[in-house]
Amino acid sequence: MTSRFVELASAAALAAVIITSAAPAYAQTQSKSPALFAKDAGTKNWTAPKNPDGTPDLSGYFTNSTVTPLERPKDLGAKEFFTPEEAAAYAKKALAQKEATGPGTYADVHYDMAQFGLERAQNKVAQSVRTSLITGPDGRVPEMLPEAKARAAARTAANRGHEFDGPENRGMAERCIIWNNEGPPMMPVGYNSNLEIVQGEGYVAITQEMIHDTRIIPIDGRPHLPSDVHLLMGDSRGHYEGNTLVVDTTNFTDRVPFHGSGEKLHVVERFTRTAPDTVTYQFTVDDPTAWAHSWSAEIPMTKIDGPIFEYACHEGNYGMRNNLTGARAEEKQKAQATASKVQ
Amino acid sequence: MRNRSGSMWIGRLSLGLVAVLAASGQTTVKARTADGKPNLNGLWEALNTANWDLQAHAAAPGPVYTLAAEFAEPPGPGVVEGNEIPYLPAALEKKKQNLAKRFVDDPEIKCYLPGVPRATYMPYPFQIVQGQKNILISYEYASAVRSIDMGKPGPAPIDSWMGWSVGHWEGDTLVVDVTGLNDKTWLDRAGNFHSDALHVVERYTLRNPDVMMYEATLEDPKVYSKPWKISMPLYRHVEKNAQLMEFKCVEYAEELLYGNLRKQPREKQVK
Repeated sequence: MTSRFVELASAAALAAVIITSAAPAYAQTQSKSPALFAKDAGTKNWTAPKNPDGTPDLSGYFTNSTVTPLERPKDLGAKEFFTPEEAAAYAKKALAQKEATGPGTYADVHYDMAQFGLERAQNKVAQSVRTSLITGPDGRVPEMLPEAKARAAARTAANRGHEFDGPENRGMAERCIIWNNEGPPMMPVGYNSNLEIVQGEGYVAITQEMIHDTRIIPIDGRPHLPSDVHLLMGDSRGHYEGNTLVVDTTNFTDRVPFHGSGEKLHVVERFTRTAPDTVTYQFTVDDPTAWAHSWSAEIPMTKIDGPIFEYACHEGNYGMRNNLTGARAEEKQKAQATASKVQ
Repeated sequence: MRNRSGSMWIGRLSLGLVAVLAASGQTTVKARTADGKPNLNGLWEALNTANWDLQAHAAAPGPVYTLAAEFAEPPGPGVVEGNEIPYLPAALEKKKQNLAKRFVDDPEIKCYLPGVPRATYMPYPFQIVQGQKNILISYEYASAVRSIDMGKPGPAPIDSWMGWSVGHWEGDTLVVDVTGLNDKTWLDRAGNFHSDALHVVERYTLRNPDVMMYEATLEDPKVYSKPWKISMPLYRHVEKNAQLMEFKCVEYAEELLYGNLRKQPREKQVK
């Protein structure tokens, strides 16, 4: 139960050791290989486990927490992989960063992340020699098409000056409807980046701790929902290709944009068990209304002890009430100040 | 002679069955999983009015008179064994108060997580995904979810809305022991309730591939004088295109929860 947190505390100390002790020599030449993780070196004779029905066993509790940024820092150019030494130094530096919770700061007013085991350095973090989660020489999200920029600008403009009018003016995350990390594609989130994969005959289920949503993925070859039905998390269909679970998702809304995406977002995810402790998660996204070309990323998911705790976001949503109450109080105060000036 | 007509009869019967299945577009499921357990994988739903009231109840008007027949309370013969819930005297008073304020205080109105066992008989389907280690139940209502640990994970680490579920097989019955439930959920829209001392033991038994019997025993010494039991069948969605959709009801509850904090009151309207 509490073992996860015990484990987390020592993760930072271990991180550098793991990276330096084993890194694949071919890392810098094979950009497409999913087997780029430090732990792979010790598992040459390992074969991916199977379920009794013959499908690859991808089940368990995982974290996709990572120190690797989505986009490659510009100064690294086309350098897709670090050397093991560089990766260790980078991870050490990243994990040493503390949330700015010093007295008097904004974050201090919020809460001390470390007190609740939420500091990044306290968490188990998957190791990688990648310089960015986005794969390929570019390493960056393609520039949004004018259409997508216009869509985002219109949304912002419509809300400008009305940010605190009512619950609908707040973001989807603050409303506890959905968080952006949930995807698909599924991204790491600031804290509690944990998920559980359960495989049953005909279905795969993935529960993400933040914010407790479960994806039910049929793997029976059925077609997608009719194209005029839109779901916040889209409509997923899966199939197995050898040791890989491939999930195809369409039927999105434009309410949870992923780097500019809209209803035409199409996500293909690939889950492959690449080491005893690792499922390599790859995704490719395309949306002709958002980007000129598709783009891909790869995120290692590392096993954790579990369980997944219940994140009852909406049930404990004091933030919404407090924000709206604050806005009304501020308006009242302003009105009173104006009235007294007039007098 | 008798044999031949017998096999002809069986042949005709199975042919008929195939024709019925083909015509209805149903898919068939295997009776057992690859590891020999009863196959509970699939989409299930209760078909009763227990979410309105666990006990026997006649039809009644709904809360919004403009919605008339469409949102009236449907009647039901009840799902409680013996029909009595053995409330302690003070708890019975609380139940009556809950009933009087049910269209204000029921956590379902606010789109809060439903708890156990209520999640099972809400008027929404739920999906069972039966893994090797854990069995996951994902409910359409409010994206509620439980991961049933089939090992020995120890006691509940903390109270939660959906509780701490630990399962094991007794023959072909899945038995789930649920503790760690908070005191914020109700059992139905009639105000039946429990405390944080609630302990639920659920039993899931396939009666045939498409019908599963569900039993839940509720024990809560703070609220009931003795354990009591509910039972009902659960039905498999056999439609070829059956799938768990999204019922993210938070935004449908925002006016109720935060309407008084708006800059401009929302126009009262029924679309």
